[in-house]
Amino acid sequence: MIGPVTWFTRHVQAALGATGRLARAPLATLFTVGVIGLALAMPLGLKLFVDNARAATGDFANAVDLSVYFKIGTPLEKVQQLAERARARSAVATVTVIPADAALAEFRQYSGFGAALDAIADNPLPHVLGVRPQAGADTPAELAKLREYLASWPEVELVQMDIEWVNRFNAILDVLRRALLIAALVLAVGVLAVVGNTIRLEIQNRRAEIEVTKLVGGTNAFVRRPFLYTGALYGLLGALLAAAIVFAATSVIAPAVADLAAAYGSRFEMLGASRIDTLRLIGGGAALGWLGAWMAAARQLVRIEPRA
Amino acid sequence: MIRFERVAKRYPNGREAIAGVSFDVARGEMVFLTGRSGAGKSTVLKLIALLERPTRGVVTVNGQSTGPLPARKIPAFRRQIGVVFQDHKLLVDRPVFDNVALPLVVAGTPLRELDKRVRAALDQVGLLGKERLLPLELSIGEQQRVGIARAVISRPAVLIADEPTGNLDPELALEVMNVFRRFQEVGTTVMVATHDMHLVREFGKREIVLEGGHVRGVEDVRVPTVGAAAP
Repeated sequence: MIGPVTWFTRHVQAALGATGRLARAPLATLFTVGVIGLALAMPLGLKLFVDNARAATGDFANAVDLSVYFKIGTPLEKVQQLAERARARSAVATVTVIPADAALAEFRQYSGFGAALDAIADNPLPHVLGVRPQAGADTPAELAKLREYLASWPEVELVQMDIEWVNRFNAILDVLRRALLIAALVLAVGVLAVVGNTIRLEIQNRRAEIEVTKLVGGTNAFVRRPFLYTGALYGLLGALLAAAIVFAATSVIAPAVADLAAAYGSRFEMLGASRIDTLRLIGGGAALGWLGAWMAAARQLVRIEPRA
Repeated sequence: MIRFERVAKRYPNGREAIAGVSFDVARGEMVFLTGRSGAGKSTVLKLIALLERPTRGVVTVNGQSTGPLPARKIPAFRRQIGVVFQDHKLLVDRPVFDNVALPLVVAGTPLRELDKRVRAALDQVGLLGKERLLPLELSIGEQQRVGIARAVISRPAVLIADEPTGNLDPELALEVMNVFRRFQEVGTTVMVATHDMHLVREFGKREIVLEGGHVRGVEDVRVPTVGAAAP
């Protein structure tokens, strides 16, 4: 019978042994870890892309702001009144009143047409309401309903909302999300295959050692353990490499993204991989490596029996 | 300790290596297994170490019948048997210490005990101080003795050896055989397969002679041995 200390010692020995073996063949290890790293970097990169696309567009709520243009000459009091009514609806998060005067002043300041505007006696701009839907009420159906309600006021000239753009964007994100899922699955199988094959070859190389170990009474579990640690280590190192690749790529792209955003008047800053995603990647990588090694070892080790 | 009852072994290729072999080896006895190449000596040893299972008959080692033993119990079974091979089966990329310690490591012996016992085992075969060397840095005779140290380190009840002196000159062969006798003298049951008749005569132990897969005879040429353990 073995005690917990011995059990622990065995696992530490197996882990150290696996580390040592990888370190003794740095080039082969580097290739395997490199392949795993690239395979794992792709899903993380894709996830970052999707996350950033969503964040850059203000997580939908911004993209679906409705602009309500009133007919010229509608009194501001009436507009305020209607704004109150809009605020009372559950689907509405905020309502901003932009009086025609304020809009004109802003336009005068930023457009550079100040002098031309002076030539016009009356303010050509209408009062406008900026209506932002609730975060939970931004489905296309809800938005259409809200738009219909706002357009039903007789004082309203036009309700503008790029719902088709929202629909398309939604669809694109959905496609990307599914592609991400499939890519992650395919690449996970790839990692399993790479680790499994590497471990299979290593088992073949250490056949003599396995035979002797079994001969002196080593159990299958004992023989398998170092290979499982090797597999997990491959996965772990591959995941760390993937995290490094994604981090490096993010650092290169982020300034360009900031410039791009600035050109559109946005202060958007690119998101890096979150801590939780990185931890998931590392845990998932190690688990995949362990599983790949287990699959290879389960098939191979039973076949290797000592011969005298 | 080792009992064969009408044991036959037919390999998958159809060759019948032994056909109806019966013998008994008492606890603490040392016997030689002799016969020409192909007489079935190796098969008998493989059946004892459970590297093979009998096609017919019953093999009993230390009170356990090997036939019905489930695969998951084989490791524990093998730990009570020390095996020495002609080609010694050492791991050439591991130092002597690791090779000798392997049976204890797989059995989960605490680390602090390992060092002591490896030294003791190496001392018994006269190799103390060579722990850090690689097997290929040793002479053939020394390698063979490392193999013996590995076979005995877990203090097995049964020690079997397949042509352990096959590659050695007569002087080294005698030395190795003396090592086996010393283990027998402290109570281990020892079975040595050999075709070195000269050596067998010199030791005066019981001899099981195989011929064509049968026991041709058991030569009891025992001479009183000082300190021989009672059965």
